[in-house]
Amino acid sequence: MSTEIKQFTVSIYTENNIGLLNRISAIFQRRHINIESINSSVSEIENVSKWTIVVKLSEDQMKKIQGQIEKQVEVIKAYYHTEEETIYQESCLFKIKSDLLFDERQIQNIIKESNARIVTVNKEFFVLEKSGRTQEIELLYRELSVFGIMQFTRSGRIAVTKDKMKISTMLQAFQH
Amino acid sequence: MKVVETKKVQSKTINTTERISGSEAIIKCLLAEGVDILYGYPGGAIMPVYDELYKYQDQIHHVLTRHEQGATHAAQGYARISGKVGVAIATSGPGATNLVTGIADAQIDSTPMVSITGQVGSHLLGSDAFQETDIVGISTPVTKWNCQITKASQIPEVLAKAFYIAKSGRPGPVLVDITKDAQFEEFDFSYKKCTGIRSYKPVPEADETDLKAAAELINNAKKPMVVWGQGVILSKAEDQFKAVIEKAGIPSAWTILGASAIPTSHPLNIGMVGMHGNYAPNVLTNQCDVLIAIGMRFDDRVTGNLESYAKQAKIIHFEIDPAEVDKNVKTDVAVLGDAKASLEALLPLLNTNSHVEWHQKFKNLYKIEYEKVIKDDLHPTKERLTMGEVLKEINIQTKGEAAIVSDVGQHQMIACRYADFKTTKSNITSGGLGTMGFALPAAIGAKMAAPEREVVMIAGDGGYQMTIQELGTIFQQKVPVKIVVLNNEFLGMVRQWQQLFFDKRYASTEMTNPDFVAIAKGYHIDAKKVTERKDLKDAVKEMIACEGPYFLEVCVEKEGNVFPMIPTGASVSDIRLE
Repeated sequence: MSTEIKQFTVSIYTENNIGLLNRISAIFQRRHINIESINSSVSEIENVSKWTIVVKLSEDQMKKIQGQIEKQVEVIKAYYHTEEETIYQESCLFKIKSDLLFDERQIQNIIKESNARIVTVNKEFFVLEKSGRTQEIELLYRELSVFGIMQFTRSGRIAVTKDKMKISTMLQAFQH
Repeated sequence: MKVVETKKVQSKTINTTERISGSEAIIKCLLAEGVDILYGYPGGAIMPVYDELYKYQDQIHHVLTRHEQGATHAAQGYARISGKVGVAIATSGPGATNLVTGIADAQIDSTPMVSITGQVGSHLLGSDAFQETDIVGISTPVTKWNCQITKASQIPEVLAKAFYIAKSGRPGPVLVDITKDAQFEEFDFSYKKCTGIRSYKPVPEADETDLKAAAELINNAKKPMVVWGQGVILSKAEDQFKAVIEKAGIPSAWTILGASAIPTSHPLNIGMVGMHGNYAPNVLTNQCDVLIAIGMRFDDRVTGNLESYAKQAKIIHFEIDPAEVDKNVKTDVAVLGDAKASLEALLPLLNTNSHVEWHQKFKNLYKIEYEKVIKDDLHPTKERLTMGEVLKEINIQTKGEAAIVSDVGQHQMIACRYADFKTTKSNITSGGLGTMGFALPAAIGAKMAAPEREVVMIAGDGGYQMTIQELGTIFQQKVPVKIVVLNNEFLGMVRQWQQLFFDKRYASTEMTNPDFVAIAKGYHIDAKKVTERKDLKDAVKEMIACEGPYFLEVCVEKEGNVFPMIPTGASVSDIRLE
């Protein structure tokens, strides 16, 4: 099994209980692994939470951690996927001085070409929203940082798999 | 002398509803789960529960330990000898944090235990109130499951889950933290035992193909070897295990927690594997052609350097916890499931075999170990007493029927190597965590759970002093445990490493000890000290004959070393005999 460090997207289906974040993050912390991003939300099944965690580690480590996560009483199922196996989006917000929108023509082109969306504009600032893959957001950030960014924030990754998730039938049984 | 009189309560499901307080509900839940003894220490945030314990004292026996850590180890000792869930109870804050070592020990040694902690009132949570501590947060990484209760109505369901999780599948510790207002609050109580949790699958389904593949490997093996662990004991698979190894004629070695699953004297029992295990099974781990691991987890103290561990062998792993498969050692065939069921299904698939020549290899290597190590340990010619000869004497005087509760260090290795186990669940020790101070309180729990058994605690002078205050519990509860301290005036195992790997720089390992006999006598426990060989036999005899608790200090060789030894990072086959 590979010991090469790769980026993996971990998908975890769990009960929605207090303290589970602590329990899952402790599994990574204990092995000195940094969590690149983490997202918790409802899933396609009522009362079942879905976590999306991005980590960089070897597949060897990843497999063991998947086992440790699944071992937790309130975890229903855990999967890990490579970049190629998922369709994912990240989202970000830029807060930029409004003057620049008029002074720097190029900004308007950047917004247009990047498929970013202006959320709000007032006299002082405007807010730009962009959803996309990691590189797209990084590119936009680089382009805009030349002009000065007042605030920037970026969400955790959310992802779905290209292949069918075997869990769906199992989860559906929970609803009855 | 009587140990403890507690009414055996039948576990049951309470269907009728009655309006009671949360704290009374806790007691009723414990009774419904068949709890007859619990170990703990009172304090502000758990007082309502203690008030109910007072009312129910004819049905449930609370043992006041002298420290909350002692309560957890006593609960562990109780669980390890009985197979039942041990229960520890403490107040919030320091009471709760004092439980953590025992909980971590139970987690790594898969011991079923439920800890109940009181918590400040729910309106005070997060306010840094007096004796408030986030015990759920603190205990998360060392519990199988934990939960905080803030409403009385949650008590029955959560406690039912707690007991179910603690004992099912691979057992482990569970902590339930209950706010004081939830203990006071009245609600309509009814109790239903937990029989399943949708997100939790305690026993994975066994795959018949894997089982057949395992049987084929075993049947074709020329030099098979079994290493079994505590999983055999936890799944009550001793008979099935014995039947399997006897039919296939496989030499079988044990991990420290697997000891006593079959008798020490069984012809197929080839001894302990690991750092201070026996010579033959360690060396031949790297010569066998099929290694069959049953209910064990390839701990680093068992495997030594993984890069050179059984590389020549096909590995079969019988395991209940899927996360253990391929964790440390890559397996060729993994048979998931409960050991008892798996071994039962395996038996008819196996061919009868004897592997006579292969057995002879173990016998030959045993002879080498006997000449180089065992002879001097058990029949020393030097003046000072050895730890090994004390064990030999205990074996003789107890006819090998005692449960040995050992602490951590040199004496532990000696106890496990030389104890003559006849019945299962006779070796109670802190294996994974290596918790010094484990033995004395664990012996209390073991003796109370199995009053019919002789329980001999063996500790070093270091570990003994870590929980020495539990002599108070022994005295108050009149628990007739036999306490043996092997005193070498050193933290012996650390000193051995300092001698071998740190050029004899004995940094902080020498102990100036108190008068242990006087301390025991201070608790009105009969006590004796032995310094010479000629007095050992009679002293052990007197100890075993004593009806009450008894303390025996044996002054042993100060700088004795435990061999064989696999130095850290070395291969199992590079085990040293001197």
